[in-house]
Amino acid sequence: MKKISLELGSGGKSMRDFIARKIVPAFKNPHLAELLDASHLPGGIAFTTDSYVVDPIFFPGGDIGRLAVNGTVNDLVVSGALPQYISLGLILEEGLDWDSLEKILRSLKAAAARAGVVIAAGDTKVVKQGQADKIYINTSGIGKILARPSPDLIRPGDGIILTGTLGEHSLAILTARGDFGLEARVESDCAPLTFLLPFWKNGVFWMRDITRGGLATILSELAEQIPFPLLIEENRIPLSNAVRAAAALLGIDPLYLACEGRAVLIVPGRRAQDILARIKKCSLGKKAAIIGRVERAIGRPGELLLRTSAGGLRLLEPLTSELLPRIC
Amino acid sequence: MEVCGTHTMTIHRYGLQAMLEKAGLEMVSGPGCPVCITPGEIHEAALRLITENENTILATFGDMTRVPTRLGSLQNTAPARGSAVKIIYSPEESLELARQKRDKEIVFFGVGFETTIPSIALTAQTAAGEKLTNYSILSALWLIPPPLRAILESGEVNISGFLYPGHVSAIIGQKPYEFIAREYGFPGVIAGFEPGDILLGILSILDQIRRGKPQVANEYTRVVRPEGNPIARALMREVLEPKDACWRGLGTIPRSGLKLRNKYSAYDAEVKHGLRIKARETDLPGCRCGEVLRGIRPPQNCPLFGKKCRPESPCGPCMVSFEGACLVRFKYQNPTS
Repeated sequence: MKKISLELGSGGKSMRDFIARKIVPAFKNPHLAELLDASHLPGGIAFTTDSYVVDPIFFPGGDIGRLAVNGTVNDLVVSGALPQYISLGLILEEGLDWDSLEKILRSLKAAAARAGVVIAAGDTKVVKQGQADKIYINTSGIGKILARPSPDLIRPGDGIILTGTLGEHSLAILTARGDFGLEARVESDCAPLTFLLPFWKNGVFWMRDITRGGLATILSELAEQIPFPLLIEENRIPLSNAVRAAAALLGIDPLYLACEGRAVLIVPGRRAQDILARIKKCSLGKKAAIIGRVERAIGRPGELLLRTSAGGLRLLEPLTSELLPRIC
Repeated sequence: MEVCGTHTMTIHRYGLQAMLEKAGLEMVSGPGCPVCITPGEIHEAALRLITENENTILATFGDMTRVPTRLGSLQNTAPARGSAVKIIYSPEESLELARQKRDKEIVFFGVGFETTIPSIALTAQTAAGEKLTNYSILSALWLIPPPLRAILESGEVNISGFLYPGHVSAIIGQKPYEFIAREYGFPGVIAGFEPGDILLGILSILDQIRRGKPQVANEYTRVVRPEGNPIARALMREVLEPKDACWRGLGTIPRSGLKLRNKYSAYDAEVKHGLRIKARETDLPGCRCGEVLRGIRPPQNCPLFGKKCRPESPCGPCMVSFEGACLVRFKYQNPTS
């Protein structure tokens, strides 16, 4: 009998195929079919849901509570909505210590306050020891639609802006797990992207938060939706020294590592510099950079190309196999 | 020919191949991927060890667990009761396993070239010093210079020079390559692993061709000393001795492999567990890894490449290893136009 493999949840190609082949047809409706990070519903409401199973539940720069608020908030932001209310579903394993739970609740409260959302509904379940791992959280979120992402308006010459360095979240989780005997002073970038909301009014065509699958997977998905290739330049992609070194050591490409507080934006070419300057003024956007553009002359429609630091060109494919399970 | 799989990775990861081709240069991948050149029969012996013996832990590097054989792969096989495959990142970890799990038999499936061999040899020496009785090594240890002679002797690849592997050379130095310039008149250069290193190396080869003076140049002086690392070589000599070895694709090459000396035979898994390995150079049906490793077939010309044989369902080791020519080609594709 065919069994579910970890790959299905990797955020890569197999997950996309699963959603397109099994989920969308099963519940056929126009909201789901759009496959946005949050669905746009009648009445100007955006709606999303996400479950958090990160292991370990506490890691440098955050914990499962902070992640559960910011992840859902960010899905609303990149779908063009102002996050307003979220729900909190807790699944606890029998035997979890009270101190951990209270710490996570405090963290949920602080993260909600920072992101400006109200935790307005909730549910708690406890399962027998071994039937879950400490704590899983589901949050759903509702937001007010400010703008509609419009990838159909993207044209050659438009700019690709990345709001910060890549891969800190993945590396923080790896370090916290003690995998590979790796030690690094690195904190997860887990943060709300609400500072990007005003930019929807500045002609931003499209935005995505960079989670599982990393920058390369997210941009190759966009490339498949539009009739122009995308080109990014390796030299312009901001990376911290810790991520650069750890990735080289482990043979992992930072372009496929997950973040929890970074986004990539497509903006009109003539406004790119101006938007970049304003993002850089925000505390979470200091390392932002224009990393590439929508192409016409190089590549073919559907392709995501990388200009390497040595000047060569190669194709970037979406992530195919699981890099690190239970990262969020 | 870039001999080393890590060079292959740099060339494609940075998109150098297309730029070099525009300049009229073609790079051919050589046999420098230890996971790839280890014949299927040795992988199968490892597999049988854990399926036929209880309480045996086979410690090995991650890539080795995914190599397909006639019996399946280490990753998808069901070990005997109390037995398991354990992925390790350095040979020292296999020793630590032996120290901590005294009730288990630990077999380190050690594969590598001169870069890795000293640290594998050190585990045998340390195990002997500590009188560990539950540790042995199933070795697949390969030397780089002998297959280069075999490739030149066969004359089936039309090459103009060699990029020699940087980290193997850090151990063996420049001398072992000298016969290539002296006897065969082929230029060569020891190169590092950054894109700039590769280009400097190629420049040196072109310069040697232009001047008509083939030699062994060293463009990786920040790591490689002309004499190599004599301490590491002394350790290898103390623990290991040369043997004729069979390479996937290339066949049996005189004195191209190493085995544990008699003094250390208590740590030789082949002796300890009575393994009879009849290694052959052939691939699984349909797989062309052997031809890829000889440099006579570019990966993308294999009928299985990218179709039946993909990273998630590899048909041969070159699609498994991080340094395998097929996986590198699959991961780092040139734009279509």
